[in-house]
Amino acid sequence: MSRADVLPAAAVRRAHAPALPRARGLVFSEMRIVFRRPRTYAMLGLLAAIPVLLGIALRWFTSGGGGNGDGDGGLEFVSQVTNNGLFLVFASLAATLPFFLPMTVGVVAGDAIAGEANSGTLRYLLVAPAGRIRLLLVKYTGLVAFCFAATFTVALSALATGAALFPMGDVPLLNGDRISMGEALVRAMLIAVCVAVSLLGLAAIGLFVSTLTAVPVAAMATTVGLVIVSAILASIPQFHALHPWLFGDKWMSFGDLLREPVPTGGVIRNIELQAAYTLVFGAAAWARMSDRDVTC
Amino acid sequence: MTTSTAAVAPTPGTTAAQPDGASVVVTRGLSKRYGRDRLAVDGLDLVVPAGAVFGFLGPNGSGKTTTIRMLMGLIKPTSGTATVLGGAMPGAAGAVLPRVGALIEGPAHYGFLTGRENLARLDAADRTADPATRKRRIDEALARVGLSAVGDRKARAYSLGMKQRLGIASALLRPRDLLVLDEPTNGLDPQGMREIRALIRSLAADGTTVFLSSHLLDEIEQVCTHAAIMSRGRLVTQGTVDELRSAVRGRLRVGTPDAGRAAVVLAELGLAHVATTGDGVEADLGDLAAEDVCAALVRRDVRVRSFTTHGDSLEDAFVALTGEGFDVES
Repeated sequence: MSRADVLPAAAVRRAHAPALPRARGLVFSEMRIVFRRPRTYAMLGLLAAIPVLLGIALRWFTSGGGGNGDGDGGLEFVSQVTNNGLFLVFASLAATLPFFLPMTVGVVAGDAIAGEANSGTLRYLLVAPAGRIRLLLVKYTGLVAFCFAATFTVALSALATGAALFPMGDVPLLNGDRISMGEALVRAMLIAVCVAVSLLGLAAIGLFVSTLTAVPVAAMATTVGLVIVSAILASIPQFHALHPWLFGDKWMSFGDLLREPVPTGGVIRNIELQAAYTLVFGAAAWARMSDRDVTC
Repeated sequence: MTTSTAAVAPTPGTTAAQPDGASVVVTRGLSKRYGRDRLAVDGLDLVVPAGAVFGFLGPNGSGKTTTIRMLMGLIKPTSGTATVLGGAMPGAAGAVLPRVGALIEGPAHYGFLTGRENLARLDAADRTADPATRKRRIDEALARVGLSAVGDRKARAYSLGMKQRLGIASALLRPRDLLVLDEPTNGLDPQGMREIRALIRSLAADGTTVFLSSHLLDEIEQVCTHAAIMSRGRLVTQGTVDELRSAVRGRLRVGTPDAGRAAVVLAELGLAHVATTGDGVEADLGDLAAEDVCAALVRRDVRVRSFTTHGDSLEDAFVALTGEGFDVES
């Protein structure tokens, strides 16, 4: 906006007014590319199946009523599921956030530019001309959409499974208070938004990696590999100085939304981390994309 | 082979290659180096006049596609400049490329989208294209390349020739000032080739400048008004197709029972290297028109059984100019 302030108002109107619907044209087209792909269906189907499997396991294959539920937030949710189906939403998000969700984001993000380069469509988009930076922004928009779609697929599947298999009702918060079903649904949605936002930093990393190569599988593997490396680093106490800077450091902060009052520190720290990763790797992708020789 | 090259260089027509206001593509010392010492394109000075069907000829690996990629702003030149439709590439890509339709190194599509959806995506990528007319323009482009019937079929189900046509359709989504077609008839059957060549001619007749890269000499010869020949990253020559063809001296072969009399006539006409063969006579045609020679023979009662010229095709010009066959370079 600061740059727009410097420009004459007329020039700004000229530049923005007609550009908006057209830019949306490419964004819509990108959504189609992301969501019409059979691979995307497969991944979303896999994500939708996880809460179902988790629900079935908890409904029919747990012996105890959930006694040993202490330790990290994920297990705490699991132990509550049999009492209240809504907890399957939180348990499923906690179960998929460390690996399954990042894996699907890694696949889509790694494929973003590298896949277009590999199939040759990148050169046709650039000759169209899409504009290199515009294409990058559109690709990131598509990734953001996928992060939300993937997270909400897990959440909605969990909600449906939870309602089908377990009793639903007032929700006990982690510190003992109870909130109504309606308010709990609102919190569940906020939690899903938090989880989706947690993936945005990784999406930017994947997008950057994707600008480096024309081999999509390499970009996907690298991005998913970074998730694993980050998780390993997070599990080694000797690297504690590094931990606050890992993109997954505050992923589990979404559990805070189930406390009253909500301690916002972790959630805000998570948003800051994701914004920082998006800026740094977005800028790197920008630099790489502007300079890249498109030879395939 | 330098002698043949020298024989061509002073041909008056090649001066048409001087840039002027009506040039659509002008490059100056355009070079691209990959790695430390692989010079893919070396000091290219190319001029494509407006309205020309410009054949860009050379064996695989001679730098054609690298040149096209530099013209389209996909890769940056190591040195030199490329100007397309008056704009310096790659900087002016945003302003220039909406006026350019391109098929580069084969078509590329999203297999899970239909042909129509593929075109819609490329049209959406061009922010200067009007979305309101998109559907109509896509229909017209599909009709122009003969894909109307299969436009709603997934692109992965297309044959190679249909993919090629879809690629050409994407270049025709809007009226263009320049069409860059890299091997446009690849994968097409002979009928398809004829159709695409007819399409190129009709586009050129509408005033579109066509830059046609090909390794098919007869394609260039049939379609193009101008041509440039590349070899090992360098421009060997450029000019009109007629100039290039006339740069090589054809050999005339006359089949006749009156070989002795025919040899006399040919010698009188000034043909060099006249020699009688088992069933006739041979001579270098030189600058004479073959039809005039034939008329002269017949006027002198030489009975002509056959009358052919050899070695005056673009292929012969190519071999004479580059000193190499038309094979993949090692």
